[in-house]
Amino acid sequence: MSFYEQPQRILLPAKVGYMALTLVLALVFNLLPWRGVTGLPDMVALVLTFWCVHQPRRMGIGIAWFLGLVMDAGNGALLGQHAFAYAFLAFAAVSLHRRILWFSPWRQAAHVLVLLLASQMLMLAVRLVAGGVFPGLTYFAGAFIAAALWPAASFVLLLPQRRAESVDENRPI
Amino acid sequence: MDYQPPPFFSRGPAPVVRLGFFVCLAVLLMVLDARFRYAESLRQVVALLAYPLQRVALAPGDLFGAAAGFFTTQVSLKRENEQLKAKQLQAANELLTVGALRSENAQLRRLLEARERLPRESTLAEILYQGRDPFSRKVIIDKGRQQGIQPGQPVIDDLGVVGQVTRVYPLLSEVTLITDKEQRTPVQVVRNGLRAIIYGGGDRGTLELTYIATNADVLADDVLVTSGIDGIYPPGLPVAKVSRIEQDAAYSFAKITCMPTAGTDQNRQVLVLSREMNLPAAPVETESVAGKPPKQKRSRSRE
Repeated sequence: MSFYEQPQRILLPAKVGYMALTLVLALVFNLLPWRGVTGLPDMVALVLTFWCVHQPRRMGIGIAWFLGLVMDAGNGALLGQHAFAYAFLAFAAVSLHRRILWFSPWRQAAHVLVLLLASQMLMLAVRLVAGGVFPGLTYFAGAFIAAALWPAASFVLLLPQRRAESVDENRPI
Repeated sequence: MDYQPPPFFSRGPAPVVRLGFFVCLAVLLMVLDARFRYAESLRQVVALLAYPLQRVALAPGDLFGAAAGFFTTQVSLKRENEQLKAKQLQAANELLTVGALRSENAQLRRLLEARERLPRESTLAEILYQGRDPFSRKVIIDKGRQQGIQPGQPVIDDLGVVGQVTRVYPLLSEVTLITDKEQRTPVQVVRNGLRAIIYGGGDRGTLELTYIATNADVLADDVLVTSGIDGIYPPGLPVAKVSRIEQDAAYSFAKITCMPTAGTDQNRQVLVLSREMNLPAAPVETESVAGKPPKQKRSRSRE
């Protein structure tokens, strides 16, 4: 049995506008008025990890840092807390991108779960040092939900790259 | 000698270098924000960027609210109207008494040459959403600097104190609830006038009365109101009710848990009160008060 678990598709190049749109939509999801619901998946972290794994040359630590800053300002959190965690997340995702893409979607999700949990641990550590309260174990549920969404997210986010611009019988994509 | 890759292969600094740079920047920001509050202007700029996204995120909820309001039946409106009329009649009676009491109080105060307490201006605001940050208890309201909100203003609802405005953006403000771990409110026990400071309990939605001696006269079901000695909260606003007292001989202080009177988690409409501005000037520290020769002072500062 080979590690190459599924046939790889030849994809169209990713569009920068589409990447930006997905990140903005994820930000809107994160800024939705959740009234005290804990354990929500952090969609920005998920989409960020996805693009870091699939387009490591276009997505990187700088963009992740800035997105984290927007999250902090929008949520009234400690300024720099998300920026710190997302920079680490992007670094880990970019360093692991060659490895992660070898696996099937569910095994990729296991890798992503570790990355998301680590970034949440970082945020928790920072806030506990800064004098916050421990929010309970439901805080980590968000990482599990986000990792469970990884296969669906990778299908949806890759859709525009799978569609051929002009259908041709003799072309592989 | 040294080999340079062609420019189309160059990818900038190595990821580890980038990570180090951005982590340093983030840590710097966090320290500035948590310890010195220097990062507020940067926060304002980034928050302005996030504001359109927040508005978009709030749109579905607003639309749902509008639709629900449209489909409210006439029967329920009529019933509510009748209830409100009955309530108003009841309130009118009390209002008359209050008017008489207020004039009497004013007269007594003049007699005592006490400073007349000015009626405060207030702004009605609506809670937009609860902050997503799970480490603190804050809400965002829909009035900001454009509507004249300033940091430090107390926020109340129809039952009591909700919290205090801690950050003001151009169109929004952030209110720290009294149940936040970092929030303190000066209170007084109604029954005997004992003054204390109440601390937020953090995650559990409760409050804690700390540094009260074990033998102090505090009983369960005592009502705590703002004492007003801080010059921020007007005196007499209900804050909390004592729910449980644990007296342990091992500690010199009792552990007193209270429940907030105001609906810190339920209400949508709140009132932002203006800060009282007729405070006496802060006492000026003079050299003679310190009572130490300047020579000694200098040597200490060097240490």
